[in-house]
Amino acid sequence: MNLIFEESRAGRGCTILPACDVPETALPQQFARKAPLRLPQLSENDLSRHYSALAKRSFGVNDGFYPLGSCTMKYNPKINEEMAALPGFTEIHPLQPAHTAQGCLKVLHLAEKFLCEITGMDEMVFQPAAGAHGEYTGLLLIKAWHHSRGDQKRTKIIVPDSAHGTNPASAAMAGYTIVNIPSGPDGCVDLEALKKAVGDDTAGLMLTNPNTLGLFDKNILQITQIVHEAGGLCFYDGANLNAVVGVARPGDMGFDVIHLNLHKTFSTPHGGGGPGGAAVGCKSSLAPFLPVPRVAEHDGKFYLDDNRPQSIGSVKSFYGNFLVIVRALTYLLTLGKEGVPQVAENAVLNANYLMALLKKRYQVAYDVPCMHEFVLSLQDLKDSCGVTAMDVAKSMQDLEMHPPTMYFPLIVHEALMIEPTETESKETLDRAAEALLELYEKALANPEAMHRAPERRVIGRPDEVEAARHPVVKYEYDS
Amino acid sequence: MNLPEELKYTKSHEWVSYLPDGSAKIGLTDFAQKELGDIVFVNLPQEGDSVEAGAAFADVESVKAVSDVYCPVTGTVQAVNEELLDAPEQLNKAPYESWMVRVGDISKTEELLSAGEYLTFLSGKEGD
Repeated sequence: MNLIFEESRAGRGCTILPACDVPETALPQQFARKAPLRLPQLSENDLSRHYSALAKRSFGVNDGFYPLGSCTMKYNPKINEEMAALPGFTEIHPLQPAHTAQGCLKVLHLAEKFLCEITGMDEMVFQPAAGAHGEYTGLLLIKAWHHSRGDQKRTKIIVPDSAHGTNPASAAMAGYTIVNIPSGPDGCVDLEALKKAVGDDTAGLMLTNPNTLGLFDKNILQITQIVHEAGGLCFYDGANLNAVVGVARPGDMGFDVIHLNLHKTFSTPHGGGGPGGAAVGCKSSLAPFLPVPRVAEHDGKFYLDDNRPQSIGSVKSFYGNFLVIVRALTYLLTLGKEGVPQVAENAVLNANYLMALLKKRYQVAYDVPCMHEFVLSLQDLKDSCGVTAMDVAKSMQDLEMHPPTMYFPLIVHEALMIEPTETESKETLDRAAEALLELYEKALANPEAMHRAPERRVIGRPDEVEAARHPVVKYEYDS
Repeated sequence: MNLPEELKYTKSHEWVSYLPDGSAKIGLTDFAQKELGDIVFVNLPQEGDSVEAGAAFADVESVKAVSDVYCPVTGTVQAVNEELLDAPEQLNKAPYESWMVRVGDISKTEELLSAGEYLTFLSGKEGD
């Protein structure tokens, strides 16, 4: 398949942009380009076919089983898209007066109310662009809170070794030093290590519960207490909320700040399906620091409140990726209060069912009932026949399944992290288990074939090392 | 297992080589580079930075993951092996020649293992 640049022919073009209906104006000369931008020139037909061809090469939730651990690749209901396409939500301008956008403001207000109820937080904003941006925003709230109390000495954020990779990255971005603490033999936070790590330099703790091993930390109340007693705050990474949504609330576990990945738990599109969106919630003590503007209500009318003198300011233009929030709210309204806990119950049931089937051959890293996901260790298989987690993951592609998350969390050797989500049927889980068990036998009988997989995809094994060391990210024109 | 006798080792898989002037060169062990797989990026401190025993002073990125490299000594970075920035694969090819930093003014040292002790430690890890 050619690159779009190679399909380009001088003089071709298409008219997919609407005609300009406002007076045109020229840019100031110093900002104007000297030469036109070299964009590919294609007809609308060729352009459309190019992207259709790319779409056929990709694999999404709508193509098959997608058990990518820690990503909650659940089905995205089509009604979300219908609601997000309503002209009342799309034919608006972010600067139009609040009294002409009451419906949009009500969406933000309702979504905040529902998600606060679900998470046990007091206030919530939707401005961050996606998950890691939400973590960063949450950390800025923690920092603002300490500083507002005149406490400048808290420079460290504690992150367990089973945390998401984004946690230490976000904390470093927010100017903190990261203190890594090990998990205990049960896969949960080691309380003694935590007690040793906290002190008067502790700004806070970042934790996801259930953790990346799919285990609910039974000591969660003690964990948040230890951090609070040291004067720190607790940040809940919402990546794994799908396991407990509507059942247990981070606010009740002692967390002060949370972020939610709306594209995970709340069925908005991942990645290529549209922009991301994160919600950041907090207890009322931190609410004065939330980004502005905030949606407020007075006498049944909604307005935008900028009058928050302690606010950390804006973290993104306007109100965040608004149509993502429309989708998340649609999902909540579709489920209703009774439906939300059923999401968690079925997610946990599906994960345990699949784990029980796979345990016939595969080794589970922590052999206890799991939450929404579980981690296999393929170290035994690698030792006995040389077939790695990577080989098994690649082989799954030939069977029309997306591979699980690989080599994560780092504390498990040859890890495959599997999260089936609640939207898969028993039949799909049975077929997936059968296929994975067959792969195990195939690995023992014919390891060479596994090293070659996938053999039925457009791309087999890309050279990841070369790609990482010498990435080519820009098209080079011949002339 | 390639474990030069003249080096000291840590349980977090760094090697330490003491120079006559009391400073120490630090790098990643052969075991570490094998576990990490192909290293594609390395992040090093700067000359003059203070480093603390037991704290991360650098990180290495392989195709699998990003991992911290821990400093076995407390002191000041006197030199950085900048060649690794453009050629991180050297950490895989020649782990004991690819020193990452040289640390001087050493005021504190973590518990270090001899080659023999490190080997015993590694054999205990197998089957983990």
